Amino acid sequence: MACSPPTSIAPWWAPSSLGLELTVRNPYVPHVADERRAMCDVIGVASADDLFADLPAHLRDPRIELPPPMAEAELLRHYRALAARTADALAVPCFLGGPLQRHAVPAVTAYVLGRGEFSTAYTPYQPEIAQGTLQAAFEFQSAVAELTGMDVANAGMYDGPSALAEACLMAAAVTGRRRVVLDEGVDPVAADVVRTYASGHQLQVETARAADADLAGAAALAVQYPDVLGQVRPLAPLAARAHAAGALVCASADPVALALLQPPGEAGADIVVGEGGPLAAPPTFGGPNLGLFACRKELVRQMPGRIVGATVDARGRRGFVLTLQTREQHIRRERATSNICTAQQLLATGFAVTLALLGPAGLRELAETCYQRAHALAARIATLPGWSVASEPPFFHEFAVAGPLPPRAVNARLWEHGIVGGRPLVWRGTEVLVLSVTELNPPDQLDALVAALTEPRS
Amino acid sequence: MNRRDDRLTFERSVPGRRGLGVPAPGVPEQEPLPGELRRAAPPGLPELSQAEVVRYYVGLGRLNYSIETGMYPLGSCTMKYNPKANDEVAGLSGFAGAHPLQPDELSQGVLEALWELQEALKALTGMAEATLCPAAGAQGELTGMLMVRAWHRGRGEDERRRKVLVPDSAHGTNPATAAMCGYQVVAVPTDPAGNMDMDGLRAALGDDVAGLMLTLPNTLGLWEQHILEIADAVHGAGALLYGDGANFNAIAGHVRPGDLGFDAMHVNVHKTFSTPHGGGGPGAGPVCCAAALAPFLPDPHIERRDGRLVRVRPERSIGRVGPGPGSVGVLLRAAAYLRTLGLDGIREMSAAAVLNANYLRVRLAATYDQPYDRPCMHEAVFSARALRRQGVRALDVAKRLIDYGFHPPTMYFPLIVEEALMIEPTESETKESLDAFAKAMHAIADEAATEPELLHDAPHDAPVGRLDEALAARRPVLRWTPEQSVVPAG
Amino acid sequence: MQFPAELRYSREHEWVRVEDGAAVVGITDFAQDQLGDVVFVSLPAVGSKVAALEKMGEIESVKSVSELYSPVSGTVVEINQAAVDSPETINRDAYGEGWLLRVAMDGGLPDGLLSADEYRAVVGAE
Repeated sequence: MACSPPTSIAPWWAPSSLGLELTVRNPYVPHVADERRAMCDVIGVASADDLFADLPAHLRDPRIELPPPMAEAELLRHYRALAARTADALAVPCFLGGPLQRHAVPAVTAYVLGRGEFSTAYTPYQPEIAQGTLQAAFEFQSAVAELTGMDVANAGMYDGPSALAEACLMAAAVTGRRRVVLDEGVDPVAADVVRTYASGHQLQVETARAADADLAGAAALAVQYPDVLGQVRPLAPLAARAHAAGALVCASADPVALALLQPPGEAGADIVVGEGGPLAAPPTFGGPNLGLFACRKELVRQMPGRIVGATVDARGRRGFVLTLQTREQHIRRERATSNICTAQQLLATGFAVTLALLGPAGLRELAETCYQRAHALAARIATLPGWSVASEPPFFHEFAVAGPLPPRAVNARLWEHGIVGGRPLVWRGTEVLVLSVTELNPPDQLDALVAALTEPRS
Repeated sequence: MNRRDDRLTFERSVPGRRGLGVPAPGVPEQEPLPGELRRAAPPGLPELSQAEVVRYYVGLGRLNYSIETGMYPLGSCTMKYNPKANDEVAGLSGFAGAHPLQPDELSQGVLEALWELQEALKALTGMAEATLCPAAGAQGELTGMLMVRAWHRGRGEDERRRKVLVPDSAHGTNPATAAMCGYQVVAVPTDPAGNMDMDGLRAALGDDVAGLMLTLPNTLGLWEQHILEIADAVHGAGALLYGDGANFNAIAGHVRPGDLGFDAMHVNVHKTFSTPHGGGGPGAGPVCCAAALAPFLPDPHIERRDGRLVRVRPERSIGRVGPGPGSVGVLLRAAAYLRTLGLDGIREMSAAAVLNANYLRVRLAATYDQPYDRPCMHEAVFSARALRRQGVRALDVAKRLIDYGFHPPTMYFPLIVEEALMIEPTESETKESLDAFAKAMHAIADEAATEPELLHDAPHDAPVGRLDEALAARRPVLRWTPEQSVVPAG
Repeated sequence: MQFPAELRYSREHEWVRVEDGAAVVGITDFAQDQLGDVVFVSLPAVGSKVAALEKMGEIESVKSVSELYSPVSGTVVEINQAAVDSPETINRDAYGEGWLLRVAMDGGLPDGLLSADEYRAVVGAE
């Protein structure tokens, strides 16, 4: 595939023979001239232009440099050309994971999300004509609560990292404390987002080893499960330490891993977050995603985000509504639990669809396949001369390796073999390469990766 | 019509049933995960066949109103038509399959598409820089206001400037965002003409103010007639002017916020730039800013260096706000929309949006009170207070509209208008649909006088009647459990 | 709308009844009517101190939140768990079963509480 840099830089749109004027100025505006005139007559203006009369005259209708319009065929040609200059991590062998794991999105899920009844609906503030969205949200909340072992879940957040950040803010609000301790195994991307969010309230954010960190006065202990190296550490002892210090435990968990692992709720977590996007939609270069957010029921009124609940109508029929809305910005304003007012509803629906297709057995099989393949690959790499596995077992489907070349050089070599490699990371001062293996990496890709690491350069 | 089967997937589950196969590992069996780490019981997920799942969700979709089934006269929400070509662009394999951690050299095409959008947004807003990182408008506000705060910190004034001003008519996200940024919120009153009260603004401004968050046109759907004086007053006090771009659909292409004195603003691409609402997300909230704020942009910022596009962390970045360079699948739709329209198409868009809103403003004037009697921009605010004599509230009018086949307008917002009904038709509605809507609104006003109970009990023809929201809040049932029925105990 | 003569009222729409030297506090019939269906009430913990005219809790309807102000100063000795568990009680019987909390007062009733007639005049003017 071609991934060469663009050849020209200015002007930023290519002056092309295809840059013709469209035959209509805006294909999405329906008015014909007579209608426009009739409407202006009703309003009492000569033209729509007069309705802008209040705008400062000297600043009106400025010169704005935008490329000329394109008809559909041109538009698609333009973007197809750009898409072709991008590696498709779902189509080529790829071992990237981190904040966004790679999983196959079922055709049924993509189909449901593509239906306009879901994708083009508004936020379900009018429950009588939004039962589809609301019931799907209730399905989602139920599935997240089941997976995490928590009492309640909200209807969705932007993504895993910002969900963890919101969890830490919530812990600070609940405990009245201003210190957040992140375990060293929290993904650095998520840790960065936590720091950004925490900066507003000037919370103190520290990174430490959860097993021996000083938790005195901490609002939250945040741990990732499995951690950034894929390692799985028992949560219960960490939860006990945190609770003894009066801190809440915020666990960031991978929903696929939860098919196999003890649910954080059973291990004592107070808030559980995660990234659900990969089960609902393709990675699309990092978004849109789907933050999972669940907590103990005593904390539900401090939870950020939208929540759907069951109720009945006047005739006793069951229905679903947005509930506990007094937590939210449109009612509580500056005292709201968060400013968030999206639930990534479409992806939340997709997450529920995928889990309904898989069921508990399918999700467990999916997790087992990821686990088995990752461990098989790790065992083979460990035997290669100069290579070692840096993740301590047990790990799930991501693991770190260190070898004779720096991670970026390894990736460059892998790309020569058409493989998008792993994630370069610094762990305890050492450069490692983190590889993620999922159901999208069949055994022949594992073979190809090992061969590329051992064979001389092509 | 048969009674609808309202069971959840969990209530339809049959043990052992499956909707999807999973690839087997295909590798020698590995040492299993230690027993003490394993989950004791499988999660209680539903078990259905694939056809059952499709029927279930297609059936749920039928219960939804959507832009593809009818008009949404929802003030402050800009529910316009969502073009299909944009979906096709976002779904192209190189875009959809790209992973955010893949290196820049493998991502030049998607970076180019995003960079084009950045450039277009800069041109339309008249600002020096833009970030696509924020996942939604509210996160855009957070990003922009953290940048405002970082700017003050850089000047050694953060500790003194502890207040942010918002109009009393503002969206709830504005005060909520200011609070998340650690600011104390001060409301500025609105004058009788629907503009910001200039005396109130001057009284609130001082050297303890970090900024003013302002929506333009304002949340009453009106042009802020003193916008240039407002910008001067804010800047004169050493504060910054933050723009809530929720209403950009009214003015895009006609005036640039940067020229008016805004220092930063977010753009809700699911409003102005036609991306689908998804029933409540995903959105995207790019932020544009003046050059002085650019060093504080979030990580990653897309820049062109030596002919290549790269993602960089700006020198004094506020940090990351999410895992990637933004809600790319949504941003690509916005980019495709802009490239379809060009500048003339954009101007046509906002002009038609304003024309449609004013047409309804005049058509409804005889029946519904208008608290601010002057031309509006893209939306018109009415008050249903006159109907209270018949015991009818804005809520009743809104619910009755459902029976006429329309989505209700925005109600009880802005908070400063009694019994507010806020109507934004958008540019994609035809004159016929506006006339039909106006006719329905008149008919409902007549019904309020003759048969008010028809309104109190509305909607009559929806899949469910008016739902007991108080019960839902008093006895929260927020999930399915095997032990208990999914209906709150009354 | 009821304004029992034996109660004292605050301008923030709480009522007080002195019973065995303690103050029993609730919200007025007018307040519950304005709020609509009460769905949630948060009250200070038993043993905590409250001060006259200061915030002591919150009361919510489906789409609004109002702050509760203590009409008296003292120590909370009891909260009405039945009203917390079934907030509709507050709508149904604001002066009876819908009482909120019992406070052991520091000293007596503060100055400035209103009689039933005075309170009626206040809300009548609103």
